[in-house]
Amino acid sequence: MTEPSLSQQEFIERERYHRNKVRICRIMLLVLLLALWELCASLHMIDAFIFSSPRRIGSCFIKMAADGSIFLHVGVTLWETLVSFFLVVTVGVAAAVALWASRSLSEILEPYLVMLNSLPKSALAPLLIVWLGNNMRTIIVAAVSVAVFGSILTLHTGFMQTDPDKIRLIQSLGGTKKDILLKVLIPSSVPLIISNMKVNVGLCLVGVIIGEFLSAKAGLGYLIIYASQVFTCEYPLTGKTMD
Amino acid sequence: MKSKLEVEHLCYSYHTLEGETKALSDISFDVRDGEFYAIVGPSGCGKSTLLSLLCGLIEPEEGKIRIDGVERRDSHAAIGYMLQRDHLFEWRTIFNNVTLGLEIQKRLDEKAKEELRAMLKTYGLSQFQESKPAQLSGGMRQRAALIRTLALKPDILLLDEPFSALDYQTRLEVCDDISTIIRTQKKTALLITHDLSEAISVADRILILSSRPARVKHVLEIHFDKEYDRPLSRRNAPEFSAYFNELWKELKTHD
Ligand SMILES: Nc1ncnc2c1ncn2[C@@H]1O[C@H](COP(=O)(O)OP(=O)(O)OP(=O)(O)O)[C@@H](O)[C@H]1O
Ligand SMILES: [Mg+2]
Repeated sequence: MTEPSLSQQEFIERERYHRNKVRICRIMLLVLLLALWELCASLHMIDAFIFSSPRRIGSCFIKMAADGSIFLHVGVTLWETLVSFFLVVTVGVAAAVALWASRSLSEILEPYLVMLNSLPKSALAPLLIVWLGNNMRTIIVAAVSVAVFGSILTLHTGFMQTDPDKIRLIQSLGGTKKDILLKVLIPSSVPLIISNMKVNVGLCLVGVIIGEFLSAKAGLGYLIIYASQVFTCEYPLTGKTMD
Repeated sequence: MKSKLEVEHLCYSYHTLEGETKALSDISFDVRDGEFYAIVGPSGCGKSTLLSLLCGLIEPEEGKIRIDGVERRDSHAAIGYMLQRDHLFEWRTIFNNVTLGLEIQKRLDEKAKEELRAMLKTYGLSQFQESKPAQLSGGMRQRAALIRTLALKPDILLLDEPFSALDYQTRLEVCDDISTIIRTQKKTALLITHDLSEAISVADRILILSSRPARVKHVLEIHFDKEYDRPLSRRNAPEFSAYFNELWKELKTHD
């Protein structure tokens, strides 16, 4: 490797300066907001009993960390989220590929998917408990149902927009539908799949929390419900911070 | 010289719910072995449709296509198709792009890879083997696309306006480059183009199509002296403008 030129070094220097600036400002903004909150609480501008304060949340967290209970709740929620996320991604990609491969199938199922996607899943959660029982399976099914239909629709729409000329290219090289899938469709959809995954993590977490609200013995959602019943706002806010 | 490709009474229509679009009606022509055959015609007349039929992407409604005297469907001749844009895959390196065809046909072995490396070297792309397509200029991308097509050792090359995405100067150079490559490899080639001077500068014969539905209007034979064998030098030949006027007149006449 030759020494990078002066202008390249300057460019890297500027870029590094910019990144540092962004990082520092981000942290400062957080500190500022927390300080403001704490200040308002201690000056009684807001009711610390209802709004809590960073200090109270901190001590509550330390207390729960000391008896280990917070880690149990976080761990349970994290595990449920990961499992449902994994299910959503595999089912989503597989179903979208199947819909792409068969025009009839996609046209038959489309109205059902749109309907299932627009259904308020949180309203379904109580039904799920009745069907599946009060256990972790219910929570995971609830989380999957929140994210999976939207995921299928988004991926399928993306798949259908694959450049037809790229498909012709594969065909002219003697490729089959499988080659189109593996060599064009999947690779060209990687950015779409990744951005869809980012959305899904969030949705799965929402789904898991909803599920835990209704049927759980542990997890952050359980913690939030428990706390709101005993009216200690530190609990749910600590839970939320952990998210 | 014997015919490489014979097309007889070819007809094709597109069907949609809105109606039928007749694209080709009764097209017949033949291409000799090793010939560089250009096809010109008004926009939307059915030129790309014709190439899709020759390549087997769609089946003719009527008429026959024969390669070396054998029906296209039964023929084992390899046909290379180069589309209007290069369609290099951005997620693959240049080397992995040119191996695409062999990979699909499961013929990619060490020997083929060696040959491709040599080809990349001959056409001045060897230091870009591991680059992504975005790092190449338009002309280099087009050359990479040609190598991807040539990698399957096609007997017939179909080129659908391969230079139209390039700016004028690059276009002249790449056209010169690519047609020289095709000529030295003694391939039979069909080139679709909008550019009449391009057609005259590369072709042995030019097929002139009418507007949609396409019919054969005329086939123009092009002869240049030996000294004008490259496309760029052809443009300076005295006969060039005479050919251009003839071609222009043929395209203009409505009958
Ligand atoms: N998939 C399709 N479905 C319906 N009609 C089509 C389809 N593809 C092409 N056509 C129609 O067939 C006609 C011929 O199309 P084609 O692409 O072969 O023209 P072309 O000569 O290659 O045009 P250009 O010079 O603009 O590339 C056009 O009028 C077009 O509208
Ligand atoms: Mg065309």
